[in-house]
Amino acid sequence: MLNSVGHATVRLASDATTFLGMFGELAIAMARIIAHPRRFRLTSAVYHLYRVGWQAVPIMVLITFLIGAIIAQQGIFHFRKFGAEAYVVDMVGILVLREIGVLIVSIMSAGRSGSAYTAELGSMKMREEIDALRTMGFDPVEILILPRIVALICALPILAFLGAMAALYGGGLVAWLYGGMSPGVFVARLREAISVTHFEVGMIKAPFMALAIGIVACSEGLKVKGSAESLGLQTTTSVVKSIFLVIVLDGVFAIFFASIGM
Amino acid sequence: MNAPARQAVIEARDLVVGFGDQIVLDRLSIALRRGEILGVVGASGSGKSVLLRTLIGLIPKRAGTISFPGLGLEGAATPDTSAIARRQGILFQQGALFSSLTVRQNIQFPMRENLSLSVTLLDELATVKLEMVGLNARDGDKFPAEISGGMTKRVALARALALDPDVVFLDEPTSGLDPISAGEFDVLIRALQQTLGLTVFMVTHDLDSLHTVCDRIAVLADGKVVADGPMTMMLASEHPWVKSYFRGTRTRNRAKLTGQPWKPAPPMH
Repeated sequence: MLNSVGHATVRLASDATTFLGMFGELAIAMARIIAHPRRFRLTSAVYHLYRVGWQAVPIMVLITFLIGAIIAQQGIFHFRKFGAEAYVVDMVGILVLREIGVLIVSIMSAGRSGSAYTAELGSMKMREEIDALRTMGFDPVEILILPRIVALICALPILAFLGAMAALYGGGLVAWLYGGMSPGVFVARLREAISVTHFEVGMIKAPFMALAIGIVACSEGLKVKGSAESLGLQTTTSVVKSIFLVIVLDGVFAIFFASIGM
Repeated sequence: MNAPARQAVIEARDLVVGFGDQIVLDRLSIALRRGEILGVVGASGSGKSVLLRTLIGLIPKRAGTISFPGLGLEGAATPDTSAIARRQGILFQQGALFSSLTVRQNIQFPMRENLSLSVTLLDELATVKLEMVGLNARDGDKFPAEISGGMTKRVALARALALDPDVVFLDEPTSGLDPISAGEFDVLIRALQQTLGLTVFMVTHDLDSLHTVCDRIAVLADGKVVADGPMTMMLASEHPWVKSYFRGTRTRNRAKLTGQPWKPAPPMH
C-alpha cells in the first residue's frame, strides 16, 4: 500500500517533469520561430487546423447542442416545482458560457485530436521517423509538435465559441418546445442574465486548455517505445491525462476568476 | 586491407553508455577510417545499435569522447550538430521513411530543408538519386506504405545519400530482405562506396555482407570491442564468441552444402 503510494508519487513527479520539459522545448522552438518566422511550418499548421478545427465542428456543435438542451430540460423540470422556470435561462447562460462550452469542447478535443496527435507521433517514433529527422539536424519539436499545438491553440477558442452558441441554441429550443418560453422572451432574459464577462471567462480558458492538451498529447506520443501495445497504452494515457488536466485547470481558473471578481 | 595509415573520420574513446543501472557500452573505443566499410557484429543485445545511435547523437553518452577529425569541423569549440548531421547519412533498420511524404519528397527532404534549390533541380536530383540506388523515376510518386521492404531500404539509402555525405551509417541494411535482394543490396553498397568514396559504418548480422563488403570487422561483446580486423583475423580469433560466430555450426553447415569455405545465408528475422 505505502509502496504503491510511493511509486505513484514518483510517477506523478516524473509526469510533471515531462510536461515542463516539453513546455520548455516548445518555448525554445517558439522563440526560434519568432527570430526566424520563415522557418514556421505554415502548411503543416494549416493542415492540422483543418483537421482539429474545421473537421471537428459538426461533432462539437452536435454534442454541445445536446448538452445545452439537456441542461435546459433538467432545469425546467426541477425549477418548475417551485415556480422558478424563468431562472433556467440564467443557469443555462452562465453555465454554458463560463464552463460547459469550453469544458465539453476541451474534453472532446482531448479525445478526438489529442489522441490523434499521440498516435501519429507515436507511430512516427516507432518507425524511427523522429530519429531520422533528428539525425538530419532538425528539431522534431519545431517541425512536428509546434505546428500541431499552434493549430490546436487556434482551433479550440473557435470551437469553444461555436460550442457555447450551439448549447445556448439547444437550451433556447428546449425552453420553447418543452418549457413554453418563446424565443423572444428567452433572448430578452438571456440579455439580462449574462454579461460579456461570462463569455470572456469561457473564452480565456480555451487556449490554455489547448496548450495543456497539446503538450500532454505530444509528450505521450514521444514516449512510445517499439511495440504496438505501447502505442495503445500511451494513446489511452494521453487522453486520460489531458482530460484530467483540463478539469484541474478549469478548477484553478474558477478559483482565479472568483478571486479577481470575474 | 592495411588500414591503420588512413585518417580516422570518427573516433570514439572510452565510450560509456547505459540505461538506468545497466551499462551497455563500457569504455568502448572504436575508430572509423576514411574510405573503409566497417562491419560491426555482436550478439543480440550486445549494443551494436546503441553504439550506432550514440555515434550519430541519438543516445547521450555517460562518459568518453566522440570526435570527428575527418570532417574538418575542428574550428568550432563545440562542433555544430547540424553541420555534422549534414556530413552523415543514416539508413535506419526499418528505413524510417516519412510516411506522409512520397518517395521523391522523402529523398528531397534533406535537400529542400538545407539548400535553396529550385523545384526543377530538386526533381532532377531526386531522379538521379533514385537511379543511383537502382530505382526508376516512376517509383518516386509512390508512398512508403506502397513499396516493398527492399525498395524501402533503397529509398532510405537514397535519402541518406541526398546531401552527398562523407560517412554513411547503415543499421542492419540487409535484415528483412530475401537472400537475393540482400546480395544485391550488398553489391549496391559496395559500388556506391567505391564510386562516391564513402566511409561506411555498418551494423549487421549478415555473414554474407561481412564477407563481401566489409573491409574491417569489429566484434562487440560485454560492452567492448573484443576483436577488430579483417575477416582473416576473425577466422583466426580464439575469442569464444567470435569463434562460435564465424566458425559455428550454422557457418559450417552452409560450407558443407555449398562447398565453399563459408557463404552462409543471411539469418532470418
